[in-house]
Amino acid sequence: MDNGNSNSPAGAAIRAENLCRHYRMGESLVKALDGVSLEIHAGQRVALVGASGSGKSTLLHLMAGLDRPTSGTIETQGRNLGAMTSLELAAHRRSTVGMIFQAFHLMPRMTLEENVELPLRLAEVPRQERPERVRLALERVGLRARAGHRPGELSGGEQQRAAIARALVNRPSILLADEPTGNLDSHNGAEIMRLIAELNSSMRMTVVLVTHEQNLAAEFAQRVVVLSDGRLAEEPRRAGEQAGVPR
Amino acid sequence: MKSNDLLELAGRNLRESSFRNSLTTLGVAVGVASLVAMLSLGAGLQNLVSDRFSRSGLFNTIGVFTARDFRGMQQNERRGGVMDTKARPLDLQARTEISALPDVLEVYPEIRMLTDVSFQGRTLFTSVSGLSPSARQNEAFEKMRGRFFSSPDADEVILHVDFARDLLAPADASGDALPLQTAPPRGNTPEVSDAQLDGLLGKEIVLHYGERQETPPATPGASSRPASRPPPAAGPAGASAQPEDAVSFSVVRREKTLRIVGIIDNEPYAGITASSTARVFLPVALGEKLRPAMPSSLRDLMQARPSAGGETYSALIVRVDDPARVQPTQDALKKMGFRTFSLLDATKSLRRVFVILDLFLAIFGSVALVVASLGIVNTLVMSVLERRREIGLLKALGASDADVKRLFFVEAGVMGAFGGALGVALGWAIGRAINFGTNIYLTRQELPHETIVLLPLWLIGGAVGFAVAVSLAAGIYPAARAARLDPVQVLRYE
Repeated sequence: MDNGNSNSPAGAAIRAENLCRHYRMGESLVKALDGVSLEIHAGQRVALVGASGSGKSTLLHLMAGLDRPTSGTIETQGRNLGAMTSLELAAHRRSTVGMIFQAFHLMPRMTLEENVELPLRLAEVPRQERPERVRLALERVGLRARAGHRPGELSGGEQQRAAIARALVNRPSILLADEPTGNLDSHNGAEIMRLIAELNSSMRMTVVLVTHEQNLAAEFAQRVVVLSDGRLAEEPRRAGEQAGVPR
Repeated sequence: MKSNDLLELAGRNLRESSFRNSLTTLGVAVGVASLVAMLSLGAGLQNLVSDRFSRSGLFNTIGVFTARDFRGMQQNERRGGVMDTKARPLDLQARTEISALPDVLEVYPEIRMLTDVSFQGRTLFTSVSGLSPSARQNEAFEKMRGRFFSSPDADEVILHVDFARDLLAPADASGDALPLQTAPPRGNTPEVSDAQLDGLLGKEIVLHYGERQETPPATPGASSRPASRPPPAAGPAGASAQPEDAVSFSVVRREKTLRIVGIIDNEPYAGITASSTARVFLPVALGEKLRPAMPSSLRDLMQARPSAGGETYSALIVRVDDPARVQPTQDALKKMGFRTFSLLDATKSLRRVFVILDLFLAIFGSVALVVASLGIVNTLVMSVLERRREIGLLKALGASDADVKRLFFVEAGVMGAFGGALGVALGWAIGRAINFGTNIYLTRQELPHETIVLLPLWLIGGAVGFAVAVSLAAGIYPAARAARLDPVQVLRYE
């Protein structure tokens, strides 16, 4: 079980300490996360797995700065997200993390290049720099030829690749993927996982992937973190591996 | 997010729901059109009245009087009207000084006399007034027969149409055949054709008037007598000797032949104290040259006006270049030791009336815009509901709450700006239609055309600005609602 003991806090891309996220649903208190301590090293490729409601997406949202912890701390690159203002969290989402979603969430009336340009607009990147960065991002995911197409004209796999290009365009240090293959067939799913692995290797980008598919996680991730009822469960080990150490 | 990106995204969003947003924008346009039409009407009416007054010379004219005998039209002036015998006289030197004041366009004396006028063997007794060259702007001369004076001292007259009819009437038309007649009262003028009136132009009349000729005091030995003591009897006739400061003049009967160059239907404004009942008008410089004995001459005689030598005036009319300069000029004249009178207070009252009128018109006109603003609220709230996923995504990609708010504000503002511009155009078209319809009616009534509805530049800018402001206010709630959306919830369930 990953108990959050870090080898080197300075090299931690993400660090959670006794992290709790509770919320009320009617009369009852739901403990989506309950005392999770975890450390993910820079450049590591980690899969968060668990059953529905185990808290894996909640943990991902806290890492993204989309949500705030009820208690405990969550840090990325040494900065406590829980103590940040909403403006600082927005800046964190623009520059530190890139996100991809199960439902792709591309703007249907925008072309692919317009979709990929969107984070650059939000980050106030100068206009003259944008076309080149969009072109590079689309090239990296193999969609340069489809730049002028709208999402509806693409397959599911292509849409997810476009979403990955959008996540990459601001050159984040952490890529957060929430069930990225959930809406794809096995072939396209495997393609996307290969692409993410390739980006992790070539760009030294920390990747945290939420999936409920244990096999996919085992095949793709360097490290698998299992969540159950909002807590960390036993972390499966690969032969010859140490917990928390990248391959 | 930078402003141009915000504008681009807002424009894209507005285009995506173009039909609904167009209807909302049209609602704003109708509201603005209503406001613009109402205020244009107010502005037009105000302009109509102001223009009339302005052209009449009422608002940029100051009457100047010597402090000793002012009998103004205002009660507060009259209260302080104790005769000041040492007051500065209104003489030629004073006239020159007043002419040199900044903003003063012209200074001229009030010429007003009672004369006999002879024309083709008939003589009528009437009142004559002098007109300054600037009186040409008066609307009374807009549709006159003939023309205005050819020069400031031309030997020409302009007649009031009633007097012209009297001149043309048969000798017994007014009920008697005496050679000397007074002009009959207004409304009781004989029927005369237009052709007959036109025939008067170019003809000559003879003015019989009394010329004032200054004469030196007759008893120089009386200078040692104190003015406060009653004068001693002098001579067998028992006549008193003249005091030291006496004014003495003779009145000599004169005739002057003048050419009729114009006939007017309306009475022009010709002075600050009186004038409108005159029936014959001559150039004021000519009037001065004639040196007529006027009713005020007798007052000069009785009050023994001290003068630096030469002529004194009972009143001078001062015309300034801008009604706004009336007050400073009045202040300067008072410092010079004169009493003044202007219709500035009347102007203020008039402006107050129009401010109130405009206020009410604006309130009524704004009702439609307020209703339109509810349309904006509705459209944007619907937009927030429809775009929950987009808003959540923008936040996930790094948009701040403020970015989301600004995006909705810009959308509201763009609708307001377009609606405002369209509304101004609609309001202008409504105004044109009102003007057109009114002028058709005026034409049928044989009245001159008027601009009833006026769209000044300030109203164009103000209406668009107001529409944007109202739209932004309408966008506050939807924008806040959008900014409050929880991206986690939205992205999970949308």
